[in-house]
Amino acid sequence: MDPIIGFVAAAIRIATPLTWAALGEVLAERAGVINLSVEGAMLAGCLAAALVASSTGDPWAGVAAAMLAGGAVAAAFAAIAIWARTDQIIAGTAVTLASIGLTGMWYRQAAHGTTGGLSVPTFSPANVPGLEAIPGLGPALFRQPWLTYLAMLAALGMAWYLFRTTSGLRLRAVGELASAARAAGVAVRWRQTAAVIIGGVFAGIGGATLVLAQVGAFTERMTAGRGFIAIAIVVLGRWHPLGALVAAGCFGAATALQFAFQAMGLAVPYQVFLMLPYLLALVALTGVVGRARAPAGLGRSV
Amino acid sequence: MRYLRPLLVPIAAVLAGLLLLMLGLAVLGYDAPLALGALWRGAFGSWYAFGSATLVRAVPLILIGLGLAVAFRAGGLNIGAEGQFTVGAVGATWMAMQVGGWPGPVAIVAVALTGCLAGVIWIAVPIWLRLRFGVLEVISTLLLNFVAEAVVSFMVHGPLQEASRIYPQSDPIPAAARLPVLPGSRLHLGLLVVLVLGLIFWILFTRSAWGFRLRAVGESPRASWVSGRIDAPRVLALALAISGGLAGLAGAFEVSGVTYALYANLSPGYGFTAIAVALIARLHPLGVIVAGLGFGALEAGAAGMQREAGVPAVAVYVVQAVIIVVALLSVSRARLLRADAGG
Amino acid sequence: MTPVLELAGIGKRYGSVQALDGADFVLAPGEIHALLGENGAGKSTLMQIAFGLVMPDSGTIRIRGETVRLAGPRDAKARGLGMVHQHFTSVPAMTVRENLWLAAGQVRHPVGSPPASASTSDRLDRTRARLWQGLDPAVRAEDLGVGGKQRLEILQALATDASVLLLDEPTGLLTHEESTELLQLLREFADQGGAVVLITHKLAEALAVADRVTVLRRGEVVWSGAVAEQTASTLAAAMLGSGAGLEERSEVSAQTGDIVVQVSGVAVRAGEIVGVAAVEGNGEWELLRRIAGVVPRAAADVVMPPVAFIPGDRTTEGLIPGFSLTENLVLGQLGRWTRRGWIDWRGAAERTEYLLGAHDVRAPGADVPARTLSGGNQQKLILARALDLAPRVVVAENPTRGLDFQAAAAVHARLRSAAAEGAGVLVYSTDLDEVLELASRIVVVHRGVVLPVPEATTREQLGRLMLEGAG
Repeated sequence: MDPIIGFVAAAIRIATPLTWAALGEVLAERAGVINLSVEGAMLAGCLAAALVASSTGDPWAGVAAAMLAGGAVAAAFAAIAIWARTDQIIAGTAVTLASIGLTGMWYRQAAHGTTGGLSVPTFSPANVPGLEAIPGLGPALFRQPWLTYLAMLAALGMAWYLFRTTSGLRLRAVGELASAARAAGVAVRWRQTAAVIIGGVFAGIGGATLVLAQVGAFTERMTAGRGFIAIAIVVLGRWHPLGALVAAGCFGAATALQFAFQAMGLAVPYQVFLMLPYLLALVALTGVVGRARAPAGLGRSV
Repeated sequence: MRYLRPLLVPIAAVLAGLLLLMLGLAVLGYDAPLALGALWRGAFGSWYAFGSATLVRAVPLILIGLGLAVAFRAGGLNIGAEGQFTVGAVGATWMAMQVGGWPGPVAIVAVALTGCLAGVIWIAVPIWLRLRFGVLEVISTLLLNFVAEAVVSFMVHGPLQEASRIYPQSDPIPAAARLPVLPGSRLHLGLLVVLVLGLIFWILFTRSAWGFRLRAVGESPRASWVSGRIDAPRVLALALAISGGLAGLAGAFEVSGVTYALYANLSPGYGFTAIAVALIARLHPLGVIVAGLGFGALEAGAAGMQREAGVPAVAVYVVQAVIIVVALLSVSRARLLRADAGG
Repeated sequence: MTPVLELAGIGKRYGSVQALDGADFVLAPGEIHALLGENGAGKSTLMQIAFGLVMPDSGTIRIRGETVRLAGPRDAKARGLGMVHQHFTSVPAMTVRENLWLAAGQVRHPVGSPPASASTSDRLDRTRARLWQGLDPAVRAEDLGVGGKQRLEILQALATDASVLLLDEPTGLLTHEESTELLQLLREFADQGGAVVLITHKLAEALAVADRVTVLRRGEVVWSGAVAEQTASTLAAAMLGSGAGLEERSEVSAQTGDIVVQVSGVAVRAGEIVGVAAVEGNGEWELLRRIAGVVPRAAADVVMPPVAFIPGDRTTEGLIPGFSLTENLVLGQLGRWTRRGWIDWRGAAERTEYLLGAHDVRAPGADVPARTLSGGNQQKLILARALDLAPRVVVAENPTRGLDFQAAAAVHARLRSAAAEGAGVLVYSTDLDEVLELASRIVVVHRGVVLPVPEATTREQLGRLMLEGAG
């Protein structure tokens, strides 16, 4: 395969779980909740996807289970952070820690007796007829699993939801100025809770993608900080779903470049590329280039 | 009784955490009593377990926890201690490679100070971003954790890689740069430093004007300025710098006292666990020491649990999570009560 | 005619404070009804109850003759009420259009843009069309001026097609022209069948535009009736109670000494109390804080140290509520209790105990958190701490806001004795009557310029100076 096509395809593959998790985080942060439990929700999604897909043999059942698991983790976070009004950052860290511990315990027991872990059915690429044959990027862009196309659609759908619907308007008002949203008759905490849980469902799908479309197995702590990367993606994507899609692509490309260099045997310090997206996110935060502001109420208990 | 009351919440939290872990293990079909026993033996079962596992793990936790207690008191939410620890280790390793021929004490101090300085430099960026652009340090310190990971990866693949260029790790640091060790154990001098630092911070927090300003700024930067002419941004900046410096020092100690070499993933999440340490201690330096020992014991016990009972070591994160949540809930309840009385 | 809004026997208690005590209020269609009272009289609370924001302890609410229980603002809006709050409620990062959609509860709602034809006979549309003048639906609320923000607030209140508008001090931040225009607009709105409640503490406003007036004092309705027969004096008498007439301000003829403050047109001598009169937002805040040294001073400013500052907001600026009384003393006297970087806690605790007794601060001890004290005792503590340093200059912002009568009297007595002991005292209050009562001399701040006030100025002349400046 052409190395460039290989690189783009790899970048997209790496970016897909990140995109799902980042979209979930966009939703939560737009509602004013900074959700660090997204890492835990993703990990729970990984385990649920692996267990259910391997026992049913149907990867889609795995996705459904991952959605439930991600939503459940997020619900636990919502209960602690939103309803008990605790510090969101620390509550999110705690829920992530609990998820790492529980998934590790659960998996060890579930895989007990099996040799070499669970056998997980995976998604094969769904080629888009016609488009995949486009010379150049066709094979890179249009020979991806369904979950990748769905992630792109989800980004579009979320952009439409946030900026074109009444419900989205209310959600953004909650994140900007909870008192104003309340004055406009919005049930602030319930809306935050819904945003966080649906965000968790998205993160769960991200985990499922990682297992069912990339790795094909579960390992302890396999998300390895991808949930935190999702938070960086949200910053770089300026709290916009389409921005998050592009930013996730940047992170995917940075990682893919590493593999490309290694494959080509180039002695380039690829770590520079690994840090680049984070540094870009930091620059974006300063607001020096354009208007990139966090929702005004982000992180505050209401 | 009055002096025991602050201990009630932490004790309840630890018990709740252990109980939940046992429950989870039992439900999932593990041998819970065996696991609990293994946890205990791994942490306290022998002098080796206590001195070389529990205490060695407690050192970075206490050190970082003390720094976070300073930062949190001033209202600075540094969640990038993991990154500051990492660059501290990188800086210390680099310095250690230069000091091979120096007299022992000088070499050790130089290595420690370099690690400390690296941590300060690492958090200087979030401090500057906060003061200049109002960027919340929560996000910037989190982002820099990943950059630090890339830095250490670059170092052990490049400038600091071992001479044989086989593994992504540094050569062992020269003997002169190593911290003295208690004979017959892996316990290094860092523990003493940490205990002394804890005492110093305790005295500073309760008696010094600096400690008072720190707390005033954490409670209300506005009232601090209007009523006390306290320069809140400066106090916050210094507090964050101290937390970064201590995390960097912890990284230096890890290299010069435990691993004697640099490699990626040096820290098993000390920077995050230390948040729990500082919180459960209610930001009290002596509490940080006790909580650091407790969490060090948990981490050491986790290894024993994995060895003896086949329970994955990550299972103790459940205990840590429960402890954090209980600590959070007890604090937030106090805050709610305050709001009630004030309204 | 059935009243559109009727409140009967409303009672509300906050802790030990009876905010409202059996208050009655009746609003007829087509009228502007001014709700007058001093700060803390219960005006805002009464209207927040009418709008469903606050649950009353007792009493009934009737809207158009029907007894209702309002579970929240949503219920009030559904019944045609709209409220404009004292502070802005628009979302700064959202556009004018989005804010209106939010208020209307529907995106792409027609209220998001100016009415198509301004000449329509529809009452609401005519009001709206006037409010929209100079507003761009695509501009973010944070980029609007104060006047624009206030128009947006009213448009938001009207977004649910309200026929009853409750406005809480809507002219507080507006210029004279903007206020006049706003009041005219409300008049038209009422003339065309709407009804308006105007919460204000400005007598002139009530006299100029209202049909009827209800006066609240310490939670009770003390007077209610048509405005036609009334003058500023009769309403003021009702507001302030007997014996607090306007012309009775005490002549303080203190022995004055050297100049202790000389800052952009304000000169204060030792021993005098200078009152600062200003409509909020005219630069008085900056002036006071410059003198206090809280914001940077200009090179030419002269202020004799030590300076004591009594900030307007006790719990966010004057005290740290979670700190003990001793710690709060140290906060205000850090230099005094610090020796080589160490704090003398024992000395500070003893001093706090002494001050609590000397200044009649009612507290169980020096080690209780400041939040457990009542507002009056908190303020006494702040004063005690400030005056303890024997200041040559005392700057006080709204020193009695939210305090009951006794506590306010005690605060005034302390400020007077500080002047008698040789400090130059500068007092600003949003309550003009407080300034008049306390000060031996008055200056007006209008649009950042300090204007001297001649001795024999009447209250009306003073008011004109505050609103229109010199000439």
